[in-house]
Amino acid sequence: MSHKVVIPIGPYHPLQEEPEFFQLFVEGEKVVDIDIVIGYNHRGIEKICETKHFDQVPFVVERICGICSTSHPLACVNALEDLAKVEVPERALYIRTIIAEMERIHSHLLWLGLAGHFIGYNTVWMWAWRYREPLLDCFEMISGNRNHYAMMKVGGVRRDIQDEHIPALKKALDELSRAVDMFKGAVMDDPVIHSRLKGIGILTHQQAIDWSVVGPTARASGVKIDVRRDDPYAAYDRVNWEVIIQEEGDVFAKTVVRILEMHESISIIRQCLDKMPRGEIDANVKDMPPGEGVGRAEAPRGEVFHYARSDGTNRPIRYKVRAPSYMNVASNKIACVGGTISDATITLAAVDPCYCCTERVTVIDRPANKKILNGWDLIRLSQEKTERLKKVVK
Amino acid sequence: MSILDDIKEKLQGKINDWYEHNPHRIYFSVDKKDIREIARVMFKDLGFRYAIASGTDTPKGFEILYHFSFDKTGHMVSVRVLIEDKQNPEIDSLAVISPAFEWIEREMWEMLGIKFIGHPNLKRLLLADDWPEGKYPLRCERES
Repeated sequence: MSHKVVIPIGPYHPLQEEPEFFQLFVEGEKVVDIDIVIGYNHRGIEKICETKHFDQVPFVVERICGICSTSHPLACVNALEDLAKVEVPERALYIRTIIAEMERIHSHLLWLGLAGHFIGYNTVWMWAWRYREPLLDCFEMISGNRNHYAMMKVGGVRRDIQDEHIPALKKALDELSRAVDMFKGAVMDDPVIHSRLKGIGILTHQQAIDWSVVGPTARASGVKIDVRRDDPYAAYDRVNWEVIIQEEGDVFAKTVVRILEMHESISIIRQCLDKMPRGEIDANVKDMPPGEGVGRAEAPRGEVFHYARSDGTNRPIRYKVRAPSYMNVASNKIACVGGTISDATITLAAVDPCYCCTERVTVIDRPANKKILNGWDLIRLSQEKTERLKKVVK
Repeated sequence: MSILDDIKEKLQGKINDWYEHNPHRIYFSVDKKDIREIARVMFKDLGFRYAIASGTDTPKGFEILYHFSFDKTGHMVSVRVLIEDKQNPEIDSLAVISPAFEWIEREMWEMLGIKFIGHPNLKRLLLADDWPEGKYPLRCERES
């Protein structure tokens, strides 16, 4: 007779910044159901936005996420510029693109490091975060901050990219390009990673459409969507780049999509630096007319959606935000169920939620209410599986 | 034939007012009773991706905008529904069409107090467990 066990995961983990709570229902090794509870970090930002004037709203939404901290302000200014029908100066559009792509690279490196850690590749973790560091230095050089750059502004950007900063940025990109090549080789050529990540956490093409997932989670399932191409904003329609897709929908495909996207991002930034015209960086918007606007931006995790409504005063009367993880995390109900406990950590992590929590993981034997495993045990299980595979595959 | 013509043809007679803010941002209103059929046609038949819904408390009633994205052409089509009964607001749930609609309906239920008829799991999503019953954070308190 089957013996059902409940594994609660969450809600807090020192590695990641957002709490979520997953309850895994397992029978033996197999995950049979999952319950996802969010809301631990609900700060009422939509309501707060209604109390701020339009120039302050980008600062508030920048605080939604510490990693994709430019995607929300970018979607926000897109929404407000859609509302007010603002023409943004050309140079500002290029600067927005550069900042957004730098952010994508550092976010993907962050994920790659964590994913490496979860499957027992701690060297990948150290390397990925080591190569992320020079990029954060570039952010500091341009904006004064390693995170929360505060670059976006309705009608333009707040700071220019100085000519003297460009050589340092180009040098950092050259180094990153070599690093991404190395990671590409490390993942593509390693038979252990192939057998560890292929065929697990699968989200099929149809499931990806049904659950309306976005970003790399959708693109790894063969759904070719990317706001940057589909509904171009900033300067994405002025540079050449490819939307990366994979067909398999498993964790390996999601990893490949993110690694290859970093190459595209580097290429986009290089083109922008070369093409960026001189001139104004701000349209000096003074008033917000009554009306409504929708703004989107492709964050590292997928489409960020912002909706703003104005009644002609200087504050929005409704502000709606939808982050990509809102759609992606829910799809774990499909991706996780049917897999094993040792694959659960990396599957939950594969959508790159702003949180993949395993610290407070406790396996509880439900009838006896007895703890069997804790959070680190779950990561250990995942790492041990890799060790076993290393012996078999090599 | 563009996707906008497809919408007009498939939903003939159900579209109340059509507004193009710009070529990629379209808004139209529908009656509350038609929303499930319209969402089904747009999501299942016409291949729209469901982006999100946003509920707003307005003086006329609760307004829900269902935002659908057509990624092949970059169109964002927002379907507007007005729920006039503010004492007992309710509307058909779209979660029966796709699980993608589940979370946002739970959110609108707890934030605005709109009941979604037929939702399989209408419980709190974001608010704390000890948040008082019957208090809805996104409702505007207006003097009558």
